[in-house]
Amino acid sequence: MLNNKRLVLAHFWFAFATFGVALLLGAWQMYVRSPMHAWLGQPELYYRSVTAHGSVMGYVFPTLIAMGFGYAISELSLEQPLVGKRWAWAGWWLVAVGSITAMIPVSLGRASVLYTFYPPMVGNPFYYIGVVLVVVGSWIWVALMSINLRTWKRANPGKPVPLPMFANVAGSYLWAWTAVGAAVEILFQILPVALGLKSTIDAGLARVFFSWTLHAIVYFWLMPAYIAYYTLVPRAVGGRLYSDAMARISFILFLVVAMPIGIHHLFADPQVGSGFKFLQSVFTALVSVPTLLTVFTICASVEIAGRLRGGRGPFGWLRALPWHEPMMLAVAFSFVMLGFGGAGGLINMSYQLDSTIHNTQWITGHFHLIFGGAIVIMYFAIAYDLWPQLTGRVLTSVKLMRWQLWLWFVGMIVTTFPWHYAGILGMPRRMAYFDYSNPAIAPEAITVDMSLVGALILVASGVLFFIVLARGHRGEAAAPQKFTFSTAVHPPATLPVALNSFGLWIALMITLTVVNYGYPIAQLLALNQTSVPAIYMGGAR
Amino acid sequence: MSTERLFSLRNRWFTVSVGLTAAVAVASILIGFVWLPSVQTDAPFTGLWNAICSAAGVPQRWLVSTPVTSRVKTSEVVVTPTMFANADALSVGRGATLALRCSMCHGPQGISQANSPNLAGQYETVIYKQLKDFQTGARTNAVMSPMVATLSDQDMRDLSAYYAYLPKLPAYHPAAQPVPPIVASGSPMRNIAPCASCHGAADHKTGTPWLEGEPVAYIRGQLLAFASGDRHNDISEQMRNVARQMTPAEIEAAARYYSSQP
Repeated sequence: MLNNKRLVLAHFWFAFATFGVALLLGAWQMYVRSPMHAWLGQPELYYRSVTAHGSVMGYVFPTLIAMGFGYAISELSLEQPLVGKRWAWAGWWLVAVGSITAMIPVSLGRASVLYTFYPPMVGNPFYYIGVVLVVVGSWIWVALMSINLRTWKRANPGKPVPLPMFANVAGSYLWAWTAVGAAVEILFQILPVALGLKSTIDAGLARVFFSWTLHAIVYFWLMPAYIAYYTLVPRAVGGRLYSDAMARISFILFLVVAMPIGIHHLFADPQVGSGFKFLQSVFTALVSVPTLLTVFTICASVEIAGRLRGGRGPFGWLRALPWHEPMMLAVAFSFVMLGFGGAGGLINMSYQLDSTIHNTQWITGHFHLIFGGAIVIMYFAIAYDLWPQLTGRVLTSVKLMRWQLWLWFVGMIVTTFPWHYAGILGMPRRMAYFDYSNPAIAPEAITVDMSLVGALILVASGVLFFIVLARGHRGEAAAPQKFTFSTAVHPPATLPVALNSFGLWIALMITLTVVNYGYPIAQLLALNQTSVPAIYMGGAR
Repeated sequence: MSTERLFSLRNRWFTVSVGLTAAVAVASILIGFVWLPSVQTDAPFTGLWNAICSAAGVPQRWLVSTPVTSRVKTSEVVVTPTMFANADALSVGRGATLALRCSMCHGPQGISQANSPNLAGQYETVIYKQLKDFQTGARTNAVMSPMVATLSDQDMRDLSAYYAYLPKLPAYHPAAQPVPPIVASGSPMRNIAPCASCHGAADHKTGTPWLEGEPVAYIRGQLLAFASGDRHNDISEQMRNVARQMTPAEIEAAARYYSSQP
């Protein structure tokens, strides 16, 4: 029973509203970079837009989805009222105020530093303060998820924690720890410079701290999608979850090995030793294990649905699947994009292969496929699945939902495949314009045009998404059915403590972080003369 | 209630997960810090300890040699955006007196009639840097070099404050003309940043002059001097690298454009 509908709706609507704005900015960026548009006279506008697009899509949008979905999971799966409702609203307000605080200086061109901050570039302090408020708001959510789980455990001693809540809390702990890197970077390195207390900054150390956050944040974005794979998809397609234990092990593996691997973003950085780059490369490779486990488990769960619906033979069950169901389409599209994005990711994380595509448009293609594609399409599916519970009205525009998902899938493929190709040709990322008249660049022009077409398809899909949701608020009122999560083939009656608690996994996560990050951070802290003068964006320099 | 203890060697989940994690970590540390560096035969990698240190990123002295001193005199000036924040009226007044000797070429109001640069309203940091460079010999000019030989550091600061204080060229409004691509966008493939990215319009960097209304002959002459290397007081060869890549047509376009701007 969902009691706090307004709370969850507030999270979802604010998330999707910011997403809509950022989506338009993204399409505009593709347009001005394409041969369709003359060179941008004010390249700063491009970087301003990229900063807004990245900050919204990286910090605000997924954080709010994880929070809103998390509150819903807590009430629906634990079947107890949310503890700390006022705190939850306080968290929402912090995120909302933080987002607006950050976006004002960005809109004014005072913080065009991109969402990854990139010291020694330093922007207006309010940008960073806004980001900190967003993170603090999300930490309230982390605490509430932990408290709600503890309340439930006290009332249900020894019982298995419902899988949705177990995964949800795993995601919240991962976020709590991974956000520490960027928080340390902002509070102790960037903000003193932005506020004018210092004029130099250790850019190398700052980048190491950011890498601490930068990779696992993707797994935090991924968590709602993975929770949906395991706990919504099998139910929605009429099947059973193949293995509850496999699901728990996947989430545990994400918690342990997703964190200490961010230095693979610094393969080209000279301030980190190659030994640590190799070490983190190995752990990055390990993250493919929970993803492959998930792909296996979900395919098996969906196969169960196909066979229950009368599908036969090695492939017949595929045809028998309920392809008219939006959730079925979403998970299929999500897996295809996860497959391509993941394959590209294996190249990025290989120390040697990375050098061929490092900082090229390939990288942009990779993370748009994973986040914008595989993850965001599941956010849509989550919204569609929860909307009747939240509004008390039936979602009737099923055809429109299918169109929306198809367009998002096609649009994302059309956007990102040419990016990958352009990256192999050597096109750098983060460029406001390209000299297409140069013979060396001319072959890349067509790829940017193709990506622009993809971006326009994505905008069309975004418009449909908002129409579906808005219609959902005006549809016929109907008492929603009791919300259920997927049932496992063998629902756990008892679980080993290891699969029902987090102590061991958090300990392993922190230990691995110390092993993988301790020395590089300590060394950069101890070395003298590693700071460089800050470059103030939009100020005198 | 379960009595199973998690943090115990008798718990298989504990031993297996910790053991596997430790095994992966130790194996990758051995490969990354011992085996892979040992493939390198350079001096900094020989021996186990050197290999570990280099893989960990400990700074080492690779090459011990005496730095080659250049015969070309380059700029030693350091300017910051705030170094003239406290210039007062007294400084401007002293500068005005000193500037009497400059008026022959740069004009009594800092506006030249002789294809010398207009100085009225120019950034303090720009004037200060050029005066310093003329004095140290980083920049040479038959007229300017002797003129600045006897100036003290304070004199140069005063002169800079004075010229920055003077009003810019009187406003005039030539017909709007298109911005040449070299000014607005540069040429990325030839490594030419847009002029506007440092000289104003898109962005401004400390120590970089605004160019609007400067004489065509002066701008063109300086670009050619940078291209040939005759002028070499630009820090890190920023302007030489740009000017060397510019075509004569681009030099002409940029010079004409800037000199016709209000």
